[in-house]
Amino acid sequence: MSTIADPQTQITDPAPARRGSRFWTKFRANRAALLGGVLVTFFVAVALLAPVLPLVDPTATDWLAVRKPPSPAHPFGTDEIGRDVLSRMGWGAQASLLAGVVSVAIAVLLGVPLGMLAGYLRGWTDAIISRMTEALLAAPFLILAIALAAFLGPSLSNAMIAIGLSAMPIFIRLARAQTLSVMTEDYVESARAIGLRDGALIWRYILPNIIPPILVQSTLTIATAIIAEASLSFLGLGQQPPAPSWGSMLNIAKNFLEQAPWMALYPGIAIFLVVLGFNLLGDGLRDALDPRDH
Amino acid sequence: MTRTILKATGLRKDFVTQKPLFGAPTVVKAVNGVDLDIQAGETFAIVGESGCGKSTLARLLVRLIEPTEGEVWFNDRDIAHLPADDMRALRKDLQFIFQDPFSSLNPRMTVGALIEEPLRAHGQGDSAARQARVAELLGRVGLTPAHADRFPHEFSGGQRQRIGIARALATGPKLIIGDEPVSALDVSIQAQVVNILEDLKAEFGLTLIVIAHDLAVIRHMSDRVAVMYLGELVEVGRCEDLFSAPRHPYTEALLAAIPIASVGARKARTQLDGDLPNPISPPPGCRFHTRCPYASARCKTEHPPLRAAGPQGAGHQVACHHADDLSLQGLQDASAARSAAASARFDLYRAARGAAPGPATSETT
Repeated sequence: MSTIADPQTQITDPAPARRGSRFWTKFRANRAALLGGVLVTFFVAVALLAPVLPLVDPTATDWLAVRKPPSPAHPFGTDEIGRDVLSRMGWGAQASLLAGVVSVAIAVLLGVPLGMLAGYLRGWTDAIISRMTEALLAAPFLILAIALAAFLGPSLSNAMIAIGLSAMPIFIRLARAQTLSVMTEDYVESARAIGLRDGALIWRYILPNIIPPILVQSTLTIATAIIAEASLSFLGLGQQPPAPSWGSMLNIAKNFLEQAPWMALYPGIAIFLVVLGFNLLGDGLRDALDPRDH
Repeated sequence: MTRTILKATGLRKDFVTQKPLFGAPTVVKAVNGVDLDIQAGETFAIVGESGCGKSTLARLLVRLIEPTEGEVWFNDRDIAHLPADDMRALRKDLQFIFQDPFSSLNPRMTVGALIEEPLRAHGQGDSAARQARVAELLGRVGLTPAHADRFPHEFSGGQRQRIGIARALATGPKLIIGDEPVSALDVSIQAQVVNILEDLKAEFGLTLIVIAHDLAVIRHMSDRVAVMYLGELVEVGRCEDLFSAPRHPYTEALLAAIPIASVGARKARTQLDGDLPNPISPPPGCRFHTRCPYASARCKTEHPPLRAAGPQGAGHQVACHHADDLSLQGLQDASAARSAAASARFDLYRAARGAAPGPATSETT
């Protein structure tokens, strides 16, 4: 958009698009974001439709078809106890997407407000929140998740809570740092100068301006969370066997990489595509939400 | 009869720049004991070179930062010690225009939302009434109601500064403080924004405090001027008095630094050597003595207070031991005060304003 010097000419400009349509116009123009949207939609659809898709029972074993390569009967092959990999992938999509999305949602919804609070109020609030965050960060992500999951008890929902809490410190730190940097902007001072309340200032001036990096971090963390769920499943703390998840499939498959590579290949590709989809979608959302044109 | 709208007494702001584990912290005295008395309806200018504490003073006057010491009275209320909620409510009468029009508008809000914000914050009017007010304000500053749906980045610097002005005007304030409101703008846009401010001031009966370093702009628009040096006021007086007969050597040096465009008009300049001293350890005595061509032994030890000077009733104040002995050079010729280019600029704008139907609708000259 070029700068316009004469108000007379501006009146003749076409009325600018309203916010909603402006967002969709920009989003649709971004092919990568559309691809991300398609990928995510596809896997979400598979997860939701798994019960009605013509899939064989994902827990049914067939001792006559152990570690069979892909064939018409088993398009993605079978695993070490003769279960259909395709069917387990379809059903596993549920657990994996839930683990990825719900745990990141927990981390964002708890971490971002805490980080903003620390950055906005500073002083003692910041000191307490920051020290607790550092204590959490001192333990490696996965160890922390395993400890929490063991404490909460083995189930998929507890695993998601454990992963969410373990991923939370990153979001506290990110939100705090972003808040501190946005707070130095003149427009925050201008919001104070007009007498805006703290709540409105945080909601309308700080939150919208710290969202882009948080969006990017969230899409990256979804990948970490899916893998973490796999590790927890492997330890018996996540999705309970014999119910499938991509992570647990991958974990078992690594023992048979040479004899039955298809066991690892398909869950691996699925995780890759989901993560790619969320990343592209996140980037696209970030750009589409930015009022500036690029 | 004039009455005082804003009064500052003994205003001080220290910034701690370094706080060692042991020993005394390093303190910058950004504003050091400033007394001010702003009359309702006047335009009061505060000038000084960069780093002298002008912007800190401006923020202290509206309590965007808390003073270390001193009081600010706005309409007989001490705002420096007002509870947070009362202060917030008071802000509808006390607005601020920022220096940088590119960073002072939230990039994620539409222009309409930005101008509506003060109205929402103070619960003025319902949604429809606020929209109408936004449209009216946009018109007042020479934009159109259609601009309300756009984002700040779609506008030029001058237009953005006018959006900032509309935002400051929304709640119908009594006093507006402009922190270098035009210094970030192109010279060609400055006159236009200055004139919008003047028009609006006349129209709404505002009191304006303008922080600036451009003396041409100051002389054009202000009634009284305060000159600031290293956190202190060194001279306060009516604009014409101060420009024609400065009483502080620093003011003389500032005036001498105004470029003169006409050939042969160059006079012997009072030259200032060196930079502003470090405000962490300001010189003893008169803070200006290190650069003052008239400094005496007394200036090095004794700090001169701000005192009345000149003819009775003029309200001229100066902080200099030798104010009565010195005969300092002001700007004798009124036309030389403003560079030829500057006066051409103001004249052109005046002509455009005379011809235009409303105030401030023409942007091109």
